[in-house]
Amino acid sequence: MTTDQAVDSVPSTISSYLETKAGGPVEHDADLAAAGVLTSMVAMEIVVFLESTFGISIVGRDLKLDNFRTVDSMAALVTRLRENRDNA
Amino acid sequence: MTHVKCLVWDLDNTLWNGTLLEDDRVELVDGVLDTVRALDERGILQSVASKNDADLALRRLTELGVADYFVLPKIGWGPKSDSVREIAEELRFAPEAVAFVDDQPQERAEVEFGLPAVRCYPAEQAVSLAELPEFTPTTVTTDSRRRRRMYQAGFRRDAERAAFRGPDQEFLRSLELEMTIGKATGQELGRVEELTVRTTQMNTTGVFYAEDTLRGMIANPAHEVLTVTITDRFGPYGAVGVVVLDRHPDAWHVKLLATSCRVVSLGAGALVLNWLVNEAERAGVHLLADFRPTERNRIMEVTYRFAGFEDDPCACAGPLPAQDDGVLRLHLTPAPRELSPVIRLTAADLSEPARTSVAS
Repeated sequence: MTTDQAVDSVPSTISSYLETKAGGPVEHDADLAAAGVLTSMVAMEIVVFLESTFGISIVGRDLKLDNFRTVDSMAALVTRLRENRDNA
Repeated sequence: MTHVKCLVWDLDNTLWNGTLLEDDRVELVDGVLDTVRALDERGILQSVASKNDADLALRRLTELGVADYFVLPKIGWGPKSDSVREIAEELRFAPEAVAFVDDQPQERAEVEFGLPAVRCYPAEQAVSLAELPEFTPTTVTTDSRRRRRMYQAGFRRDAERAAFRGPDQEFLRSLELEMTIGKATGQELGRVEELTVRTTQMNTTGVFYAEDTLRGMIANPAHEVLTVTITDRFGPYGAVGVVVLDRHPDAWHVKLLATSCRVVSLGAGALVLNWLVNEAERAGVHLLADFRPTERNRIMEVTYRFAGFEDDPCACAGPLPAQDDGVLRLHLTPAPRELSPVIRLTAADLSEPARTSVAS
């Protein structure tokens, strides 16, 4: 139960952050790049937000656009980097 | 010596003869208009700090035909050091870059006490300020001559953005942004040099290109020096970016991409990269881009990575000299892509090599 909540909370934490940026609701599977939301400025803010909120660091090839295209893909990236960190 | 970037004027018995509250037909001091125009041409901003009735003073400045020369005028009854400080803060200038001219010794003393770094001049000097070295910038570029208009456009744009309710994307669309990418001309090289120095956050390699080096590069068809300018319905942003590119048989090598911080939120860097990708695709070459990570330019790495640049080595890099220590060489195989949802682009044709040198 506790674990499920922790997993569920990643996408919703991300979408609530993005909603403050987008000025409206953000679906978890909405393509943010196609909507033109991901300017360099917003992308940078999102990277810093994910790193500081989830205690991860996103570098090199992990910075590719596909990892940030939707809330779901960002959540998957966060989950993977957290597992790598915890297994290290 | 720090050059003055903004001169703040007193009005009564400094800009004009007499006291407005006693005579609403005051006229400009002889020679002052020449100073105002000369400084404006050089890109030195001018403002007002006056103890006066604001409506009356602004109306008289308009009647005299000079109101437009002054940005962020502060007219009221508070201390002038507060007015000068507010002007500096709103312009994001250090006090060292601000000067103040007033006929009253006690007003100058009050500003000097509150803001020791601000240079103060008596009114008698107003007509000869343009002769002083601190009011004589080393280079005067196209952007200097329109700097005031760029700031005024910026103030109107910021006000509208603050009042805008809705998604950021909609606001950007409403700006009617237009970007021009062109091959640099000799006249622009001063500004290009300046951009390579000042853009620490938005500079991919931190390499400084001196004007002479750039002049040599634009004369050689193996190199491209490209300048990026942006305008919108409020007015010009001026020169906001530079690309330095080398042509190799199988790849174009981006040695520098630098953009002004003022245009990051518009997605300007990404548009320049998208355009380069399309041009490279048409020319049948790959793209290579050098990137030197620093503590401040991470946003440029994000821009490159989001545009699809990767670390994987490619044979196209064969003829290039190895990069310096600490420099990543990113690679991309181009495929046609959308440019920008919000900025209209007019750009040079990169499939034609740069013009050859005219000089013998």
